[in-house]
Amino acid sequence: MSDNSAQNYWKANIKIVLSLLSIWFFISFGCGILFVDALDNIRFGGFKLGFWIAQQGSIFVFVGLIFVYIHLMDKLDDKFKLESSNASDTDTGGDSE
Amino acid sequence: MSVQIWTYAFVFLTFGLYIGIAIWSRASSTKEFYVAGGNVPPLANGMATAADWMSAASFISMAGLIAFLGRDGAFYLMGWTGGYVLLALLLAPYLRKFGKFTVPDFIGDRYYSRTARLIAVFCAIVISFVYVCGQMQGAGIVFSRFLEVDITIGVIIGMAIVFFYAVMGGMKGITYTQVAQYCVLIFAFMVPAIFISILMTGQLIPQIGFGSELLDGSGFLLDRLDGLSAELGFPTYTDGHRSTQDVFFITAALMFGTAGLPHVIIRFFTVPNVRDARKSAGFALIFIAILYTTAPAVSAFAKTNLINTVNNIEYTAVPEWFTKWETTNLIVFDDKNSDGLIQYVGDPEINELQVNRDIMVLANPEIAGLPNWVVALVAAGALAAALSTAAGLLLVISTSVAHDFLKRSFMPGITEKQELRYARISIFLAVLVAGYFGINPPAYVAQVVAFAFGLAAASFFPAIVMGIFYKRMNRQGAIAGMLAGFGFTAMYIIYFRFINPAADNTENWWFGISPEGIGTLGAMANLAVAYTVAKFTPAPPLEVQKIVERIRLPGDI
Repeated sequence: MSDNSAQNYWKANIKIVLSLLSIWFFISFGCGILFVDALDNIRFGGFKLGFWIAQQGSIFVFVGLIFVYIHLMDKLDDKFKLESSNASDTDTGGDSE
Repeated sequence: MSVQIWTYAFVFLTFGLYIGIAIWSRASSTKEFYVAGGNVPPLANGMATAADWMSAASFISMAGLIAFLGRDGAFYLMGWTGGYVLLALLLAPYLRKFGKFTVPDFIGDRYYSRTARLIAVFCAIVISFVYVCGQMQGAGIVFSRFLEVDITIGVIIGMAIVFFYAVMGGMKGITYTQVAQYCVLIFAFMVPAIFISILMTGQLIPQIGFGSELLDGSGFLLDRLDGLSAELGFPTYTDGHRSTQDVFFITAALMFGTAGLPHVIIRFFTVPNVRDARKSAGFALIFIAILYTTAPAVSAFAKTNLINTVNNIEYTAVPEWFTKWETTNLIVFDDKNSDGLIQYVGDPEINELQVNRDIMVLANPEIAGLPNWVVALVAAGALAAALSTAAGLLLVISTSVAHDFLKRSFMPGITEKQELRYARISIFLAVLVAGYFGINPPAYVAQVVAFAFGLAAASFFPAIVMGIFYKRMNRQGAIAGMLAGFGFTAMYIIYFRFINPAADNTENWWFGISPEGIGTLGAMANLAVAYTVAKFTPAPPLEVQKIVERIRLPGDI
């Protein structure tokens, strides 16, 4: 791979990481901590919204974020034809049973 | 059958399983011993990571802590899961691409320095030892309460089991035992939670029962709990009572700490490639989230149940579990007004009941009157949680000593066979020391756990992230940063916890940050110092910059 496409790959990678981390920050530190009292005015079922995000919702979002990341990165790898699944980057001594 | 017979049955069954796996997975090379040969499938690694991560504290203490903290307990929930987002996005894939055995390996190679490597070895050993003592102690409590054996014998049995599969199988044995331990612990946590959810709200899924109406017609669970708390003078359950900045900093410290804990990071060295490292981080968080989203529901169920069961009850008419836990001093009743009734209220002058938060999960099935086999299952689950985490930590100690300290720093000439022998000897010694502290716990075990997270957050996390994302970061910057972060965090915690505990309150804390949250400030100090020092010192050598470029690309470059 040329230096140029390596740089493009890295830039795209940074963009994915930063956008997912801003969602991560907004949900946990934003909705779960900073705005939690305001969100508590909204109710659904037996939950106050802020309380629910702090104790349940944020965790579901975290799981979702990692799977979106896996999906986007797999796509990015394919686009740059970096076949990481060949495992050729590991030293071959690791095939022992 | 009695609870005790059921418990013996479950414990023998699960321990037999762990020993069987140990015999099947003997390690014959250092690569097998350190990283399970590097060919663990991502799903299995996800389960192993979850068991590795979820300790006696997650299983036994967390739901109880939340039951007494209310909404503020969210810093444990978000902190200990949100850290996996950082781990998956910022560390795991790159460290897997780097392709060595340990965290000090990365620090030492990336910062081309034996000093940096030795600082990392020191941090890894301190963090892991602090953590492992708590695990052994947790195992001891379970043995003494459920099997009614002496705590010493309990810890020795636990040590013997861990010793067996960790020394024989290394990471390979640990990985596959952890997979089994995950299944045991999650089953043991979910079964009582589901039972209680059905009993109290008629909902099969505890996460839904958490927000449902109670079957006794007293309205929504959380409203009822708020009502009961207000009535008895406890802080309301669904409101926050700590300052926002403290909750913010504690959450951040737990997240950075989670991402920087060496026993979690090394799990990602065991999968075949970068793609699998990403995938297994996702699986790990799913497996963790099952327990972590159930725990707050268990907290609310248990708190409501506890108040309903014991408040204003005649002491002579208390259920059997109450008396049993009283013998362990984890429940203490003091009839201040001598009316023979238990007053469980918020006002410390009138309150007559002290309930240790650690028993909320262990006693919960008994409080709810669940069948004996469910009560016994919890004991097997708690042991699985304690032993799986202990094994992962012991391996970090052993690799730090045999690989990083001896082989890479002082005895580069030793053969693989010798290195493997040193790894086994050091894991053996580490088991003995951990066992000693499990039997003779230092009085401050609970406090020093804050150390593990704060120190990992302030030392490893920034050093690794900068090593990957900031190519210009050099040896001088990283070493200065780690020393500053580690030193600052350690001093703050030592001052407020050991030197001057009387001053440990909001007025004296810097910016209102408690010692639990100070790791966040330590991490910032690390970053600031490292960046400044790196600005005024030469750039890292070209071959190190090449390493950074290589780990940024997942393929065979």
